[in-house]
Amino acid sequence: MSRLSIVTSNNAQKTVEGLYKDLERRIQASQPGLCPVDLAEAFLHLCHAQSCGKCVPCRVGLGQMESLIESVLQGNADMSTIDLIEETAESIYVSADCAIGSEAALMVLKGVRGFRDDYEEHVRHGRCSALQNQPVPCVSQCPAHVDIPGYISLIHEGRNADAVKLIRKDNPFPAVCGLICEHPCEIRCRRTMVDDAINIRGLKRYAVEHEVQELEKNGVLEGQGHTEADVPAPERMDHTGKKVAIIGGGPSGLSAAYYLSIMGHDVTVYEQRHKLGGMLRYGIPAYRLPREVLDHEIEYLKQTGFTVKTDVSIGKDISIEEIRDQYDAMYVCIGAHTDRKIGIEGEDSKGVISAVELLRAIGDDQYPDFTGLDIVVVGGGNVAMDVARTAIRLGAKSVKIAYRRRKQDMTALPEEVEGAIADGCEILEMSAPVRIEKDENGNCKALIVQPEIVGPIVNGRPSPVKADLPEKAVHADRVLVAIGQGIDTRKVSELSGISIQRGRISALDTSALENVAGIFAGGDCVTGPATVIKAIAAGKVAAANIDDYLGYHHEIEAGVKIPPVRFDDHKPTGRVNMKERPASERKHDFKLMECGMTEEEACQESGRCLHCDHFGYGIFKGGREAKW
Amino acid sequence: MVTENLVNCTIDGKSITVPERTTILDAAKMAGIKIPTLCFLKDINEIGACRVCVVEVEGYDRLLTACNNSVKEGMVIRTNSKKARDARKTNVELILSEHNTNCAICVRSGNCTLQRVANDLNIVGVPYEKKLPKQKGSRQFPLIRDYDKCIKCMRCVQVCDHIQASNIWDVVNTGAKTTVDVRDVYSLEDSRCTLCGQCITHCPTGALHERDDTDKVLEALEDPDKIVVAQIAPSIRTAWGEPFGLPPEEATVKRLASALRIMGFDYIFDTDFSADLTIMEEASELLEKLKEPDKNKFPMFTSCCPGWVRFVKGHYPEFVPQVSTSKSPQQMFGAIVKSYYADLLKVSPDKIFCVSIMPCVAKKAECAYPTMTYDGVHPEVDVALTTREVVRLIRSEHIQVAQISDSELDAPLGVGSGAGNIFGATGGVMEAALRTAYYFVTGKNPDPDTFRDVRGMRGWKEATFDMDGIPLRVAVVNGLANAANLLEELKKGHVQYEFVEVMACPGGCVGGGGQPIHENREMAALRAPVLYTQDRNTTLRFCHENPSIRAVYRDYLGSPLSERAEKLLHTRQDGWKMPSET
Repeated sequence: MSRLSIVTSNNAQKTVEGLYKDLERRIQASQPGLCPVDLAEAFLHLCHAQSCGKCVPCRVGLGQMESLIESVLQGNADMSTIDLIEETAESIYVSADCAIGSEAALMVLKGVRGFRDDYEEHVRHGRCSALQNQPVPCVSQCPAHVDIPGYISLIHEGRNADAVKLIRKDNPFPAVCGLICEHPCEIRCRRTMVDDAINIRGLKRYAVEHEVQELEKNGVLEGQGHTEADVPAPERMDHTGKKVAIIGGGPSGLSAAYYLSIMGHDVTVYEQRHKLGGMLRYGIPAYRLPREVLDHEIEYLKQTGFTVKTDVSIGKDISIEEIRDQYDAMYVCIGAHTDRKIGIEGEDSKGVISAVELLRAIGDDQYPDFTGLDIVVVGGGNVAMDVARTAIRLGAKSVKIAYRRRKQDMTALPEEVEGAIADGCEILEMSAPVRIEKDENGNCKALIVQPEIVGPIVNGRPSPVKADLPEKAVHADRVLVAIGQGIDTRKVSELSGISIQRGRISALDTSALENVAGIFAGGDCVTGPATVIKAIAAGKVAAANIDDYLGYHHEIEAGVKIPPVRFDDHKPTGRVNMKERPASERKHDFKLMECGMTEEEACQESGRCLHCDHFGYGIFKGGREAKW
Repeated sequence: MVTENLVNCTIDGKSITVPERTTILDAAKMAGIKIPTLCFLKDINEIGACRVCVVEVEGYDRLLTACNNSVKEGMVIRTNSKKARDARKTNVELILSEHNTNCAICVRSGNCTLQRVANDLNIVGVPYEKKLPKQKGSRQFPLIRDYDKCIKCMRCVQVCDHIQASNIWDVVNTGAKTTVDVRDVYSLEDSRCTLCGQCITHCPTGALHERDDTDKVLEALEDPDKIVVAQIAPSIRTAWGEPFGLPPEEATVKRLASALRIMGFDYIFDTDFSADLTIMEEASELLEKLKEPDKNKFPMFTSCCPGWVRFVKGHYPEFVPQVSTSKSPQQMFGAIVKSYYADLLKVSPDKIFCVSIMPCVAKKAECAYPTMTYDGVHPEVDVALTTREVVRLIRSEHIQVAQISDSELDAPLGVGSGAGNIFGATGGVMEAALRTAYYFVTGKNPDPDTFRDVRGMRGWKEATFDMDGIPLRVAVVNGLANAANLLEELKKGHVQYEFVEVMACPGGCVGGGGQPIHENREMAALRAPVLYTQDRNTTLRFCHENPSIRAVYRDYLGSPLSERAEKLLHTRQDGWKMPSET
C-alpha cells in the first residue's frame, strides 16, 4: 500500500464533468415561460443528488420537499402544503450542516416566496399561471422581434439582399445593428444547448455588407460603387393625408418615421442637433460605428419621404403645443442626452468633461487633442469604455478607468472591457472617486480615490466598502465622467398630460400616453438609457399604434420567401467569433475596429442555426409573423 | 406561367419526381407508400408533435418527420427502416403510457386514430409505467374533455384558434405537466365556447366528446305516458348511414324513420318542416326591416345556428341586436309540436317528449336555454341528440339498418320543402330565404335555382340579387374564423350587406360537430350535394308552398310575425347570457 497517491479522475467522473458543462449551457439557454414550480422541483432533484447523505435535513428533507412540490404539481395538495414546504425549507436552511443542504433549501425558499402565486394557482386550479407561449428564443428576445431564423436561412442560401430586406421589416437599422447591437437574441439561443450561441449579430453584419454587391450583380442597382443609401426602400402605401410629428431624430424616431412614411402618412422629424442619428452619432464613437455607415443608412430611410427639420429645438424654436396643434399625432423620443454628475468636490474644475459632452463633440467631428495627457475615466459601463478608448485614439499618454467595484462587476460588456485594456487602458478597480484636485488656475490635477474592499452582496451585486487604506491621488490632466445619462424632460413636461416619473416620461407599453390621445413616447426618454435595439423596437411599436390611432391598419411585410428548412444532425461546431484589428494598429485611428465575417465563416455559422421556427414550439405557436 | 421546380427523390427504393416543397408524407403518398400519422391534420396541424411519422433519410443520423418536412433533390428516404420503425413504435408506446386505453367503453373505439396506429404497429404491450393524468371538469356540459385520453396532439387548439376563431383551448403548463385546457378561465362552462364541436370531430381519440343523452331518450321511450316524437335535421340524411357503410342514397331519412320506429318512437317528423317555418318568419322579418332602412341596422344575421349565436354573443356582443329574432328550426319545431300538434292530438303538451336529431353539439345547449320553453318553464325540445348518438342508439338496439325498409314520415310535421332541406349546407338558409322573400316581394316564384351563387364550400361568399328592382346584398359565411373576418370588416365599414347567413361549422351542418367522424377527412363537401340533389328532385321547392306550413298558418298562427307567431317562434337573443356577457 503506497503512502500517498496522485488524484486521477476516472471515466465516470470525466463524463459527469462534461455533463455539468452541458447542463450549464442548457440552463443558459432555458427558454422563458417555463413553469417555475416544475423547475423548482427539478433543481431540487439535482441538489438532492448532490447530497453526501451524512445529515438528516439534506438527505431526507430535500426528498420530502420534492414530494411535496410534486403533489402541488399533480394537483393533490392544498394551501397547507405550500406552508409545509416553506416551513421545511426554513428548517433545512437553519439546520443543515453544509451549503449543499442549506443552499438547496434556500432555493426552495426563494421560490416559494418569489412565485407563491404560481404555487397557489397549481393548488387551486391544477395549472400554472406562467405565460405558456414559448416562441422562438432569438425572435422573442429581440425587442424588435426580427425574423432571425428567417434571415439566417437566407444568408445560408447566399440571398443576402433578401436577408436584409427581411430584417428591415422589423428593424430599419440593419447596418447599425450589425455593428453595435447588444444582441440579446443570442442570450437564449438554443444552439447553446449543443455548443454555443449563433453569432447572430455577425451574420447580420455579413448580410448588410454583401447586400449592395448582390443587388449590383443581379441588376437591381445599375453599375457599381453603390451604398446602402441607393438600395430602393419599400414603396409608400396610398397617401393618407395624416400628419405625424416625431420629436427626436435618433434610432427610435427614425424607425417610427420610416414605417409611418411607408404607411402613407406625412411625417416630420424634429431634431435639435445638426444631424440625424441621436446617440448613434452623438454617443457611439466611429471606431465602432463608422459615420459613413450611419449616414448611408439614414439616407436609405429618408427615401421613404419623411421631412427632416434639424437644428430645431423644441421649446425654443417651436413650442410643443404648436406641434401638437399642427399634427394628427406626435411621437416623443428625445433620448437621454444630459450628463450625470458624480457630486464630488472639484468636479467643476477645468478639464472635467462628461462623456456625453465629449462624444457629442466627436459626433459633429470636433475631435479634441489629448496628445501627451494623462486621462482618468470615472465609470464602469459601456460608455466609460467608449470614452476611454476614444481618449487613447485622441493621443492620450495614459488612460486609467477608475471604478469603485471589481472589474468583473462592471456593467460594460466583458469584451468591451478587454478591448479597452488591449487598447492600452488601465483599470483601477476598487477605487471610489472622492474629490478632484485642481491647480491654481482651476485646472484639474488629480482624481483622489479611496481604496475599497469588496463587501456584502446587495441586490445580487457585491457592494464596495471603504477599505482601511489611505486615499490615493491619480494624476489627471482630464477627468472623463461616464456615470450615466439623464433625460431633458423640461421641454416636454410643459405639455399638459405628459407625466414625468423619476426623470422619465411615463408611457404605456403601447407607446401611448395614459390619458392623452394622439401623443406617444418611447426610446431612452421612457426607458432611461438603454440599447439601440430597444429604441428601434419602441419606434416600431409606436408606428403600429399611431397608424391604428389614425384609423388605419397598414401592414408591414417583407415580401421575401423563406427557403425550405435545412436538415442537420447538430454536430457540435465552434462559434465563429468576430475578429478585431490588432490593438497596436486600431488604437491610432477611428476607423472600424471590428472585422467582418468571410463568406466561408458566414456559411458555416448560418448552418449552425437550429431553426427553432420550424423545429420545436415555434412551428406551433409564437413562430414566424410574416407581417405586423 | 410560373414553372414549378421539380425534385427527384427515392422513397423505399422507388424513384419519384415531385414539385419542390412537397412534404415527405405527400411524396410517399404519390409513390403509393403510406406513412402513419397521428397528430397531423393537413393545413391545420403540421407541427410534428407525436413523432409517429418519422422516417430515415440517408446522410442524417436523426430521423425527420414526414408530415412537415419537404423532400430535397436526391433525397433517399426509408419510411420503414429499423431505426424509423423502432422510434415510431416507442413513441406510440410512450403515448399509450399516458392514455387511458379503456377502449371497450370508449365512444371512439373502432374510430380512433391512436387505436388504429397502435394496432397497425402490432403493439401488444407497453413496457412503460402507466401515468394517467387526473380527470377533471364537468360531465354535464354538452362538451366533455377526458384528460386521461388527450394525447396533446394540439389539433383542438389549432381548429379552435384558426378554423373557429374561438380560442377556447390552449396549452397549459410545461414539461411533463403540459396539457390542453380551457384558456383564460378554468372550466368550459365559464368559457366562451360556442359548442360547435369541431374540436370533437378533429380529435384523433376519445378525449373530446359530446355529453351522451341517449339514456334520457331510452327512458322516455319506456315511459307509457310519453308520446315520443323525433325531428330529424336536414343534414342527418347526408351522414347517418356512414358508420353503417350505407351510401347516402340508401341511408335515407325514411330508413332512419324506420329505425326510430323500431326503437319505439311514436311519431317521426322532419326538421325540414320547421326550416320552412323559419324561412316564413325570417324572410318576413327581413322584409319588414328593409321597409324601414333608417330604423334598422344592417345586415340582419340568421339565427338558426346555435354555435353562431353563442359565438356572436360571446365574442362580438355588439352585433347581437342584428341577429334575427326567429328561433332556430329545432326550437320552432319544439314550439309547434307542443302547441299546435298537442292540440291536434288533443293531449297536454307535457305528454309529448320531443327528441331532435341534430348534426350539432350546440343544439344540446340551445334546447336548454331558459328562453326556449313553450310555457315559460318546460322545454320545447327535451333532448337533442347528435348524429353520432343516434348511430350509437341504433347500434345498441341491434337494428340491422341495411335490412330494414323505408317508412314515410308522419303528417303533418313530416312534410318539408327542398328549400328547407338545403338548410343543412352552407348557403342553404340564404337560398331558401331568398326564394320565399322574392315571392313575398313580387307575388311570383322565381326560378328555384336563381340564387345558386351562394352555394358551395367557399368560406365567405357574397352576392347581390335584384328583388323586384331593389338590390339586396347578401353574404354567406361558414366556419367561425370567416364569420369573425366578416364582422371585423363590417366594423371597419369595408363591406355592407343587408342579410348575412352564418354557419359555425365549415360547410354548414353537413360538416357539423355532431356528425360521424372520419379520420383526416373533411366530409362537408361530399355530403352537401346530397341535399341539393334532393332539392332538385322534389317538386316542392319553396317553403311557402309547403302544405303543412300553409295549414299551420291558416289554422293556428295566422300570418308570419302574428302575435302568436311572435310568441311561439321568436325569441330574445339577449334573453340568456354567455358567461362573458354581463
